[in-house]
Amino acid sequence: MKKRKYSKRDNKAFLYLSPWIIGMLLLQIFPFLTSFYYSLTDYNPVSRDINFIGLQNYIQLFTRDVEFFQSLRATILYTVYTVPAKIIMSLLIAILLNKGRKGIGILRTIYYLPSLFGGSVAVAILWRVIFMDQGLVNSVISMFGIGTISFFGDPRFALPTLSSLEVWQFGSSMVMYLAALKQVPQSLYEAADIDGASKIAQFFKITIPQISPIIFFTIIMQTIVALQNFTSAFIITNGGPVRSTYMLGLKLFNDGFNFFRMGYASATSWVIFILVLGFTLIMFGTSRFWVHYGDKA
Amino acid sequence: MSRKAKKTTKEIIMYIVLIIIGLFMIYPLIWMFFSSFKTNEEIFGSVALLPQMFSLEPFIHGWTSAGGLTYATFFRNSFVMVVPTTIFTVLSSTLVAYGFARFHFRGKKLAFAILLSTLMLPNAIVIIPRYTIFNSLGVLDGYGAFYLMSILACYPFFVYMLVQFMRGIPTDLDESAYIDGCGTFKTLTLILLPILKPALFSAGLFQFLWTYNDYFNSLIFIHSVSRFTATMALRLSLDAESVVNWGSVMAMSFLVVLPLVILFFVCQKYFVDGIATTGLKG
Repeated sequence: MKKRKYSKRDNKAFLYLSPWIIGMLLLQIFPFLTSFYYSLTDYNPVSRDINFIGLQNYIQLFTRDVEFFQSLRATILYTVYTVPAKIIMSLLIAILLNKGRKGIGILRTIYYLPSLFGGSVAVAILWRVIFMDQGLVNSVISMFGIGTISFFGDPRFALPTLSSLEVWQFGSSMVMYLAALKQVPQSLYEAADIDGASKIAQFFKITIPQISPIIFFTIIMQTIVALQNFTSAFIITNGGPVRSTYMLGLKLFNDGFNFFRMGYASATSWVIFILVLGFTLIMFGTSRFWVHYGDKA
Repeated sequence: MSRKAKKTTKEIIMYIVLIIIGLFMIYPLIWMFFSSFKTNEEIFGSVALLPQMFSLEPFIHGWTSAGGLTYATFFRNSFVMVVPTTIFTVLSSTLVAYGFARFHFRGKKLAFAILLSTLMLPNAIVIIPRYTIFNSLGVLDGYGAFYLMSILACYPFFVYMLVQFMRGIPTDLDESAYIDGCGTFKTLTLILLPILKPALFSAGLFQFLWTYNDYFNSLIFIHSVSRFTATMALRLSLDAESVVNWGSVMAMSFLVVLPLVILFFVCQKYFVDGIATTGLKG
C-alpha cells in the first residue's frame, strides 16, 4: 500500500477544522454519550441529584408508563401519516410542473411558500384557528350540510389534522424533485417511446429510478424531522385530547424541562434515537434494491 | 380530435388542477392576512374572506404583550439572536469546509464520516446534555448558546453543503495561487470566496430562516420574557387574556412571518438554487 505523503501545507488543515473539531467533540459527541449516561441515572438539575440507577428508566418506560406507549404510537403514526403523503404530493406536483411550459415560476413559488415557515409557531397557531370548532374549515363544511367536526377535540381527528400542517409544507422536497427531474436525460424517454412503452411504464422504469437518490435522501431527512416533531403538538393540542398527539418530542420536553426528570427524559431521547437509527439502517439496507446511482439503468 | 388538440386539452386540465391545488395551498396564508383585521365574531362566524372594515385595532392591541413588553422588543431580540448566528455559521462552515475540501490529512475519511453521521444525529438526543453544558458555561437565558453552536460549526448541514460546492471548483486556480506565494487563507479569501458567494448566500438564508423559526431550542435556552424572540412571543399572546383576541393573534403571526416572505421574494433565486443543488431538508 502506498503511503500518502502529507505536505507541510496540509498541516494547516487542522487550523481550519479546529472550530468543528471542538464543536463536534464538545457539543455533539460528548452530549451524545452523556445523554446515554444520564438515561441510566435519576439526574435532576434542580435538586442537583444524580444517582446511577441502571436500566430502571427504560424499565419504567416500557412497563409502567402508559404515557410512553401513547407517545410512541402518536410519534410513529405522525411519521406514517406525514412522510409518505409529503413525498407523494411533492413528487406528483413536481412531475406536473415539469411538464408545463408557462407560469411554472409562479406556481412553484406558491407551492414552496408554506415550507418557508417550517416548524414556525405562527403557522401552528394559524392551523389551530382554522380548525377550531367554529373555525373556517367547519364553517365551510357546514355549508355542505355536514355537521361540525371537532378536529382538535376528537382523538380520532387530532393527529391527522396535525399531520396536515406538516404535509402542507411539502415545497422544499418538491423543488428538489423538480431539479432532479430536469437532469433526467430526455433521450431515455425518446428511446422508450420508440419501444412503445406506456407513460406509466416510463414513470416507474425511468423517472423513479433516475431520481431515486433524491427520493431516498428526502425520505430519511423527513423521517428524522417527523420523529422529533414538537412545535405543532405543543402549540396546537399540547398533546391532547387523551394524549392522542402527545408525541415523544413533547414528552421529552415535559419530563425534562417541566418536571426536571432529565434522566428519565434522556431515556426517552434514546428511544427517539433508536427509532431514527433503526429507520436509517433499514433505508440504507434496502437502498441497493431501489436506489440507482450513476448511469446504469 | 387531433393529436395536437388532445395534447392541448390535457395541458389545460393539468393547469386547472395545479391552480386549484395551489389555491388550497395559499388560501390559509391569505386568510391569515385578512383575519388580522377581524374581530372574533367575524373570524368564527363567517366564511367571508374580507373583513367588514380594515381596522388596525387588532395590530395595536396585539403589539403590546405580557408585562407591557411590545413586539418591538421581541423583534429586536430575534434580530440580535438570528443575525450573528447566521454570520457565525457561514464563517465557521466556510473555514471547516475549506479544511475538508482542499487538504489531505490523516484520518480525513473518518472525520468526514463523523460529519455525515452528525448530520443525522437527532437534536432530541443532545438537547439535555447541551442544556447542562450551556448552564455550566453560564450562557443560558440569552443567545450565547446559539452563538457558540454557530461559531463551533455545529450545523453540519452547511459544512457538508459547502464541501460539496468547493469540490466542484477546479483546484487549478488555488494551485497556481499557492505557487505565486498566496498562503492558504489568502487562497480561500481571494480565489474561492468570490466563486462561493452564491452558495454562502444560500447557506446564510437558510440558517436565518431556521434560526428565526426555531422554537424548541429557544424555549429551552431562553427563559426571561424580556429576551423572548418574536416567534416565542406568539405563544404568549395565546395565554395573555382569558378571552383570546384571535384577530390580534393573527395580526402578530402575520407580522412575524412577513420578514420571511419579503426575504423569500427578494432572494428567491438563492432559495431555489440552494435547495435544488444541495438537497436541504426544509
